[in-house]
Amino acid sequence: MNIVVCVKQTPDTAATVTVEGGKVSWGDAPLVINPWDEFAAEQALRTKEAYGGKVIALSVGPDAAREAVKHALAMGCDEAVLVSDPGLLAADSLVVSKALAAAIEKIGGIDLAFFGRQAVDSDTGVTPVQVARRLGWPALTLVAAVTALDPAGKTISVDRALDEGRQQVKSPLPAVVSVTKEICEPRYPSFMGIRKASKATIPVWSAADIGMASIPPAALSWLEVFAPPKIETKVEMITGDSAEAVAAKLAARLLEEKVL
Amino acid sequence: MVRQLGQRGKSSLQDVRPPKDWASKLLRDAGAEVLFLPTTGRTRELAAAVAVDLETGVVPDLVGFEVKDGKVVGTRPIYAGKVMEKVVVGAKPQIFLIRSRVFLKPEAQAGKTGTVKKVDAAVGEVKTEVLGYKAAEAGVSLTDAAVIVSGGRGVSNNPKLAPPADITDEHQKEIWKAQQGFALIRELATVLKAAVGASRAAVDAGYVPYANQVGQTGKVVSPDVYIACGVSGAIQHLAGMRTSKTIVAINKDPEAPIFKVSRFGVVGDLFEVVPALTKELKTKMGR
Ligand SMILES: Cc1cc2nc3c(=O)[nH]c(=O)nc-3n(C[C@H](O)[C@H](O)[C@H](O)COP(=O)(O)OP(=O)(O)OC[C@H]3O[C@@H](n4cnc5c(N)ncnc54)[C@H](O)[C@@H]3O)c2cc1C
Repeated sequence: MNIVVCVKQTPDTAATVTVEGGKVSWGDAPLVINPWDEFAAEQALRTKEAYGGKVIALSVGPDAAREAVKHALAMGCDEAVLVSDPGLLAADSLVVSKALAAAIEKIGGIDLAFFGRQAVDSDTGVTPVQVARRLGWPALTLVAAVTALDPAGKTISVDRALDEGRQQVKSPLPAVVSVTKEICEPRYPSFMGIRKASKATIPVWSAADIGMASIPPAALSWLEVFAPPKIETKVEMITGDSAEAVAAKLAARLLEEKVL
Repeated sequence: MVRQLGQRGKSSLQDVRPPKDWASKLLRDAGAEVLFLPTTGRTRELAAAVAVDLETGVVPDLVGFEVKDGKVVGTRPIYAGKVMEKVVVGAKPQIFLIRSRVFLKPEAQAGKTGTVKKVDAAVGEVKTEVLGYKAAEAGVSLTDAAVIVSGGRGVSNNPKLAPPADITDEHQKEIWKAQQGFALIRELATVLKAAVGASRAAVDAGYVPYANQVGQTGKVVSPDVYIACGVSGAIQHLAGMRTSKTIVAINKDPEAPIFKVSRFGVVGDLFEVVPALTKELKTKMGR
């Protein structure tokens, strides 16, 4: 099994994110691997551990954005590639998916490409399907469990957690799989893993390296970012001598204010 | 067109034919300028593929829009709602996925009909095979719910409860306690015709399935009323529910951050307050 796991670097989910001078700022909060991608990396590693092969962590991002890739290496990925190009800095998912697909084709011989279901910064969740569409591979999204994998017959069966219910799907390989957090519990990088990752040289591919000499324009343009309207709430504490008294008062207030 | 795609989306849950190929063709042939769909896992997927076919952009989780110079300008939350962005799609069709419960449902207007165009929905090559499908447990869906009652880690914290003697494992004891706690949450939810939500701590500890998780890495909800029981109000939980119209918090810790976003707060033991509230509302609302 030759496996790619696509990872993105994002601000920590606990970061205070604000708008400063018309730009998004997360102050000095740490940049981390997109939390969803940790599940993807874990599932990639488990697949490799069960069936052999290797796992390559792949990211498209600015050159400074190596933490995500390093984290994946520290978890145990064998290799990593960063696709970085000034022309890709304003990319949207349409363009990023093209770069990821091109990089996966350049790596070659890949059976499975794992993704987290979405990135916690832009929250769009369309990239995995777009990469699959570009590669002409099936896209298995929102995968909560891999139920069967047949490396010889080149098939995979998965459970998908859709809003409406659970769907069991069988697909030929190669395929794109995007995972939800039900799939597994990501491991913490080991001490050895962290050391190995800090010493690793991560090849950086430019757009030209992956055959994207001319980068198509993004379909999206961002007009502005702004702080969400402040939700002013003043909490009214409900007190009383007993739980019953409190409940009666709360129920009365909820009905009075036509909340219920 | 939206209606046809929507209907197709639903019916294909149990069959294998992906609507992507013909959806792209249909939109291209029609010269569609804008495509609106709801935001669900499946529409995200459909829109993503169509956007590649037609080299256009997708804007999920739309919470507002205006039309400027013949273009739709969409507003959507990013960074889990900590920041909003305004975005334009330069190509055609401009694809927007609308977040549920953001726009009012229009009243059905009797006698008003659109024209339904029949198209030949030729199915392209299909590589995947659906082996089975199990509909989600019937109940109120979290993202559509007008009222949500949520439980957190506090739901397992009732020292007065004694698990049956045959449960010896500590974690199993905790889960047993949590199940008694969630039964109380469910009773309140039933009276209010509400959906049941949970914090990640409650999901990770195995109290309830992941499908119930509210928050940054769960479902983003915006009900009229959100009643948080034994939920501390971590930033990642707030990311999934802070746009709820009215938040009610029941927590025994007066310093819990959930009170900062709440309209009504009760400092108390949820094992006493929740059943009392259920009883009270049942009588007062005649349910
Ligand atoms: C990348 C990432 C993503 C995350 N995504 C999510 C997410 O999507 N959703 C989410 O919820 N969290 C998420 N979290 C986790 C989040 O940080 C918190 O750990 C979690 O929300 C805490 O859940 P809780 O409030 O139930 O538990 P706790 O923080 O332990 O709070 C329990 C509360 O119950 C109260 N309590 C205890 N006993 C009682 C009682 N008998 N009566 C009344 N009150 C009682 C306590 O006072 C306390 O306030 C995420 C974290 C990370 C790092």
